[in-house]
Amino acid sequence: MSVRRLADASVQPAAFSFNEEFASAAQKWIAKYPEGRQQSAIIPLLMLAQEQDGWVTKAAIEQICDMLGMPYIRGLEVATFYTQFQLKPVGTRAHIQVCGTTPCMLRGAGELMDVCRSKIHHEQFHTNEDGTLSWEEVECQGACVNAPMVMIFKDSYEDLTPERLAEIIDEFEAGRGDSVPTGPQVDRFFSAPEGGFTALTDEKAVLKSARAREAKADAAGAAAGAAVPPSNAGKPKTDAPETSPALKTPSKVKAAPEAEKAASVAAPAAKPAKPSLDDKNRPAGIARPAMVDDLKLISGVGPKNEKVLHELGIFTFAQVASWKKAEREWVDGYLNFHGRIEREDWVKQAKALARGGVDEYVRVFGKKPV
Amino acid sequence: MLQDKDRIFTNIYGRFDRSLAGAMSRGCWDGTKGIIDKGRDWIINEMKASGLRGRGGAGFPTGLKWSFMPKESDGRPSYLVVNADESEPGTCKDRDILRHDPHTLVEGCLLAGFAMGAVAAYIYVRGEFMREREALQRAIDEAYDAKLIGKNNKNGYDFDVYVHHGAGAYICGEETALLESLEGKKGQPRLKPPFPANMGLYGCPTTVNNVESIAVAPTILRRGAAWFSSFGRPNNVGTKLYMLVGHVNTPCTVEEEMGTTFRELVEKHGGGIRGGWDNLLAVIPGGASCPVVKAEDIIDAPMDFDGMREVKSSFGTAAMIIMDKSTDIVKAIARLSYFFKHESCGQCTPCREGTGWMWRVMERLVRGEAQKREIDMLLDVTRQIEGHTICALGDAAAWPVQGLIRNFRPEIERRIDEFTRNSHRVEPVLVAAE
Repeated sequence: MSVRRLADASVQPAAFSFNEEFASAAQKWIAKYPEGRQQSAIIPLLMLAQEQDGWVTKAAIEQICDMLGMPYIRGLEVATFYTQFQLKPVGTRAHIQVCGTTPCMLRGAGELMDVCRSKIHHEQFHTNEDGTLSWEEVECQGACVNAPMVMIFKDSYEDLTPERLAEIIDEFEAGRGDSVPTGPQVDRFFSAPEGGFTALTDEKAVLKSARAREAKADAAGAAAGAAVPPSNAGKPKTDAPETSPALKTPSKVKAAPEAEKAASVAAPAAKPAKPSLDDKNRPAGIARPAMVDDLKLISGVGPKNEKVLHELGIFTFAQVASWKKAEREWVDGYLNFHGRIEREDWVKQAKALARGGVDEYVRVFGKKPV
Repeated sequence: MLQDKDRIFTNIYGRFDRSLAGAMSRGCWDGTKGIIDKGRDWIINEMKASGLRGRGGAGFPTGLKWSFMPKESDGRPSYLVVNADESEPGTCKDRDILRHDPHTLVEGCLLAGFAMGAVAAYIYVRGEFMREREALQRAIDEAYDAKLIGKNNKNGYDFDVYVHHGAGAYICGEETALLESLEGKKGQPRLKPPFPANMGLYGCPTTVNNVESIAVAPTILRRGAAWFSSFGRPNNVGTKLYMLVGHVNTPCTVEEEMGTTFRELVEKHGGGIRGGWDNLLAVIPGGASCPVVKAEDIIDAPMDFDGMREVKSSFGTAAMIIMDKSTDIVKAIARLSYFFKHESCGQCTPCREGTGWMWRVMERLVRGEAQKREIDMLLDVTRQIEGHTICALGDAAAWPVQGLIRNFRPEIERRIDEFTRNSHRVEPVLVAAE
């Protein structure tokens, strides 16, 4: 249990009211619960109030209790019980929540907190001198395979190093928080293993059409009396632990600090030569059209790369969408992108953007283009 | 190793199209009406036959749980509540379902809701999962637009799905605390009985299920109980989302067959232990509340409910917190004790006081600033908390400490000896418990 109290009366504003957007959102929440059970909406409403003001004020709690027809003490109980509600003002540009629970601790959350201590304030819940930044240590945020991580407002920043966190804090301090990519800060795809997929490598294997075809073939094979390929169904049910003989122990890589250190400071591999502009795989360019698409909407294209693409005569989403494999590889090599075009699936992104702009992109990918 | 064609979560990494159309091309919402037409009893029997055990940690058979709901309504509506308050340290499987494969969950809500005669489902998402909540809401809106759920839908069973959220309280993962929180109160667990199946949300019959349990149901019903139970060992069947957390080379979430050995999981998906297998110290096999297991016991153990019980731990949520020999094991467990102290709801005295007590003793054991008899005293305290509280948080706080003392007592004693040897004081100062 943690003891939580409302902020001092001197910082509490006199009144609170939802702005128009949040008021309609609040009504939507209230409508979700059966008649006479409006009290259920208190947590979502307090969260909206926090989103609007940055923290939960006493006036907001009382106003929301009035909206829901409940006694103030019940609202105060809820606001002080749930630790996600900030009961005191926090940094206006960023409130950095560092996960400090064991899974993140094992991967270096302690160093992240040292960064916060030196860059923001030596104690949590205190703002820096300008009042723009603050930090706190929170309990598990549920992104453990991407440890260590921090949360800033609605977004998480994962797989951090102290250096990267320092950069992120600087960006937010400068008011450029939106430009920081969310999610993993290293070269990996959300919760998939770093360095390549070990499962779900090909969408074709999980498509309904492919499975139906296979089931049909199985049925035909069984009907013809053909041998059914061995499956897990016929596996002997035994309690003996199973281990693939391919996996040998002990591992060749021994626990040797020197060796690990040497490996980690090894020079990066030599860069491959830049592909030539005369290559036959270079995608065809066009003259600058009247309507130039904003290529930066494609995740992975920044202002610099957009300029390079323009130099190559690439101006529209339709052009990107039509790239063939060889062409993609050429551009990838030209931009020195190490396969990012494939990984981020520029073609699919461009197709969606060409088809219906940002709305279509949101529908397909479930997020706004950055 | 599980093949891609046998995976239930076909878009767990979010690489493929996340829209409804994309999910349908991978088999979601395929023949849902046909399943509903087979009736409630068929669905419940099929779920029982599949041998699916709840994926939230306790492993209670899902089909059996559904069958507890009243067959005939006494005038009160029934509710399905989905527990997406995923807060167990180490666990992050539901997050990927919510943000990348939400359509499996929405379809599961309809089928489960139909099987138990519920009028609506409330999905309680933890407060920190804001982007995940938005993704889930988008998926639900798409399903409403396509008339797959809601009034007069294509599947022939009127059913609503609502998203609710919490605000950062671990205890709301306990089912009755979750219901309290959903009713707009402090999340303090209720006494049982009455069980939620009789008196749950708003005093109505309610079933609370984990996200993964609900999300796998449509695929089980489509492909058959026999298909699902062909994976794994008897009593521990099916596929499961495993999380590899901590000191492996490539931490990740992955769906695998139940009963896959720890070694195989780590080699295939985790890229090996950091520094090689000889560098493995210990593993917490199922999220923070499970007792820690030593390396030699777990390396070749099958990862499932029975396999973990044999090594005196528990399978929990299959979130393996892996620690190599660079880990300060006492500190790692002390941090968990702090977590439980922080998250105790304060309702029952043994837990409210005991979690803080354990944490303070653990902090001294980290430094070795204690006497050896205090190890047994600590063990005794854990036994007094365990089983003396309304909910299982007291047990959950006690087990990691018990596991530590069982497996690493020599390490604790070594620290005490070292501290005493280096101390200028005659004996360690005892800090009074507050």
